[in-house]
Amino acid sequence: MNVTEREVKRGVKQLSPIDVYMLLPRTNCKECGEANCMAFAAKLVNREVSLEQCPPILKKEHEKTYKKLQDILAPVIKEVTIGTGEHAVKIGGKLVMYRHEFTYHNPAPIAFDVTDEMPLHARFPGEEAIIDRAKKVENFLYNYIGRDLKLDMIAVRSTSNDPTTFRSAVEEVTKATDLPLILCAFDPSVMEAGLIAASGRKPLIYAATKDNWKEMADLALMYDCPLAIFAPNDLDLLRSLSKTLIEYGVEDLVLDPGTFSNEGLSDTLNNFTMVRRNACKGGDELFGFPLIGAPITAWFGEKGSKEMLAWNEAYVASMLVSRYADILIMRSIDGWVQLPNVIWRFNIYTDPRKPVSVDAQLYAFGKPDEMSPVMLTTNYALTYFTVESDLKKFGGNYYLIVADTEGISVESAVAGRYLTAETIAEAVKNSGVAEKVKHKYLIIPGMAARLSGETEDELKNVGLPGWRVIVGSRDSSGIAKLLKEKWPPKEGEEK
Amino acid sequence: MGKEEKLDTKLAELLKLLGLEGNRDIELEDVELTIGEIILDQSVLTSAALKAVTPPKMKAVAPPTVKPTTLLEAPFIPFVQEYPGKIKEVTLGATKSKGGSRKPVVIGGATTPAFYLFEKTPPNPPVISVDVFDMKVTLPKAIRLQVEDVWEDTAAWAKRAVNKWGAKVLTLHLLSTDPLIKDTSPAEATKTVEEVLQAVDVPLIIGGCGDPKKDAAVFTKIAEMAEGERVLLSSVTLDMDEAGVLEGVAKAAAKHGHLILGFTALDLNRAKELNRKLCDYIPEGDILMDLTTAALGYGLEYSFTIHERARIAALMGDTELQHPVLSGTTNAWAAREAWMNLGPEWEPRSLRGPLWETVTALSLLLAGVDLFMMMHPDAIRTMKKVTQQLMTRGKAKPEKIANWANAKI
Repeated sequence: MNVTEREVKRGVKQLSPIDVYMLLPRTNCKECGEANCMAFAAKLVNREVSLEQCPPILKKEHEKTYKKLQDILAPVIKEVTIGTGEHAVKIGGKLVMYRHEFTYHNPAPIAFDVTDEMPLHARFPGEEAIIDRAKKVENFLYNYIGRDLKLDMIAVRSTSNDPTTFRSAVEEVTKATDLPLILCAFDPSVMEAGLIAASGRKPLIYAATKDNWKEMADLALMYDCPLAIFAPNDLDLLRSLSKTLIEYGVEDLVLDPGTFSNEGLSDTLNNFTMVRRNACKGGDELFGFPLIGAPITAWFGEKGSKEMLAWNEAYVASMLVSRYADILIMRSIDGWVQLPNVIWRFNIYTDPRKPVSVDAQLYAFGKPDEMSPVMLTTNYALTYFTVESDLKKFGGNYYLIVADTEGISVESAVAGRYLTAETIAEAVKNSGVAEKVKHKYLIIPGMAARLSGETEDELKNVGLPGWRVIVGSRDSSGIAKLLKEKWPPKEGEEK
Repeated sequence: MGKEEKLDTKLAELLKLLGLEGNRDIELEDVELTIGEIILDQSVLTSAALKAVTPPKMKAVAPPTVKPTTLLEAPFIPFVQEYPGKIKEVTLGATKSKGGSRKPVVIGGATTPAFYLFEKTPPNPPVISVDVFDMKVTLPKAIRLQVEDVWEDTAAWAKRAVNKWGAKVLTLHLLSTDPLIKDTSPAEATKTVEEVLQAVDVPLIIGGCGDPKKDAAVFTKIAEMAEGERVLLSSVTLDMDEAGVLEGVAKAAAKHGHLILGFTALDLNRAKELNRKLCDYIPEGDILMDLTTAALGYGLEYSFTIHERARIAALMGDTELQHPVLSGTTNAWAAREAWMNLGPEWEPRSLRGPLWETVTALSLLLAGVDLFMMMHPDAIRTMKKVTQQLMTRGKAKPEKIANWANAKI
């Protein structure tokens, strides 16, 4: 295989459904569930279906075209699997450089380090320990608009540089957790000891360098594991190692151009950007592998309090999530450090084509009756989902009117005059809620408080006389408390 | 040729020995060849045998590969792009000689995507403007603690931001002008601006209340009073155009030498439409854009992507988008995760909140934003440090992290 002579892969944007259609069996058999092969081709190009959903293409007579299709549909950034079975995690698999070009695939997993010199359990408060940390990573959970956000992996580092010590630490980790693993050591004999202990877990080997690449490549082949390449701030070396290791027979590579958190942050971002750009825009297959970022390096050789270093690590991680890291290694598992990162990661991996808004209409929660509270919010998707998840959490029966603010949140909609007394009154009228309830009370968001008086006038103007406005909480988490205090409303104290 | 024939014969013999002769081909991998003989290591024999029982591949014998023994050189050549477009360079504030009394700040001028130093170093670093309000407002505790002793004295608040936090630009939000809050008159609002102009010497951004007609009246009056100061009027909208007041504001800004910020809600077509309208009244070099900043967790990804799209379109030649962009980053605090008590495992909020603003800012920094409106001193400090670091390449010290995998913390 001569990688430098392989043809440059066409970017996903240039791939047309016709190109794909011409290679399909074109039987229009509908076995895939689509109306015809052209419809299936269009979905394939959009990555909404997988090639294997076409039963005829898997038949032997289509072997050649199947392979060709696999090839043209392959992402420019190779998808690499770490771990096995249900605990495996896929990294990379990106089709594009910029998010607006196409949805990013495989949210970057975040791995947390333990070292082979840590005790299993903390002996005094605040001591870092292997099992404690592994459990903390496993137990991390944040519910964000109805989704569970979690942390992903353990990176075992050998600070002892002793094979026996590393082996037993890795053994302890494999006993303590099923999370996928990264083994970190630059000495091949230490690495092999870890690989023996992690047999069957298919960890990521971190890392091959200019000094140890041959031995690490042998280990990667022998133990069938993906291999990271570490070439700090040296893209010539990174690319040369990539070429060498591919020729050596290692197929699953992960690239680390080095994470410099302070001085050198610019080099870090430029290196990540150049590597990704060469792969996505320049057809450089030697760089067509996932990138690994190590915000954990913020802890090495830097002065400052623990909070200060964790702060630096946190924002560097967020920048690498934006700029092309496909997997991260971090130190701090603290909630305040990880929350912005897991949310930003979740956000940036959503489909950019997804509508920003939900339908502006009346929504019912539980089984509302004629005395149930009537609330109002805007049709920005995240605003709606936040309110929805709160109302579901509280239980109970409500009507929720969603006003059309062109997909803008309450605060911005009030400021930008998308949510006004007029639009609120229109929304109430169009919802038909007045025919469903006996009372005449509307709860508006606290962020729209200043519209309350005007809204009562406007409600009169649209034919809903006698309707009163109750100013709700500034945040929907306060709705339960508000209703406890103000619902059902007593005459004369509705404000 | 001779060698290849010999190899085929040898292979046939080998296959026969393995009991694999017949009409099937095998792919050889990881084979070391020396002239005159074939050396196969054990793993290859195993894999050849395994391959023989899987469906046969009807392929010619693949050329055997040789494992490299030394590093194969593959030098890196960066893929660089030509950009026909350029972001306009805009000066906020004017010196005495230019008719004002400010220490001016230059923003914009980008000719590549944000911080692509491998193509070109940005001509100007992004700038942070610190938020100040003309009345007491609801603020998250993390911020309130920093300002509550001065929040009823706008000029003192402004001085705090400049002298203590090192603000190079201030945003004065005239919230009290809102007809539904205090309905402060344009004359009173203008007086507040005058006081702040006297208290500090940094360029000002004047924030309105969001009511199109009131903002137009206030902005027009201030434009006149602050003649020559090159303040940025924040913001004008297509709603103002509908209300018939856009032209007046824009012309007043042009007449008295100010800048205008066009606000649109996550919609590039509307942003372009507004810019086109503004260009009828004010030089295009005096226009900035606010494409909407949603908080992290509340739609930041939409802001991020629209800014990336806008910047790339501008660089690729879309003249209607070649204006510097501003982000109302303080919006980060609209996210409940920035300020809410979520339980002990998410504390301390004194760090979580400012980190929320920091991450919101940094994400948009990488998407190309030129001017940030910010609030929390810790977030501002980090942004300043990072933008400064991002302006120079070549400071990485590989030896510092060379052994990180094995180093103790």
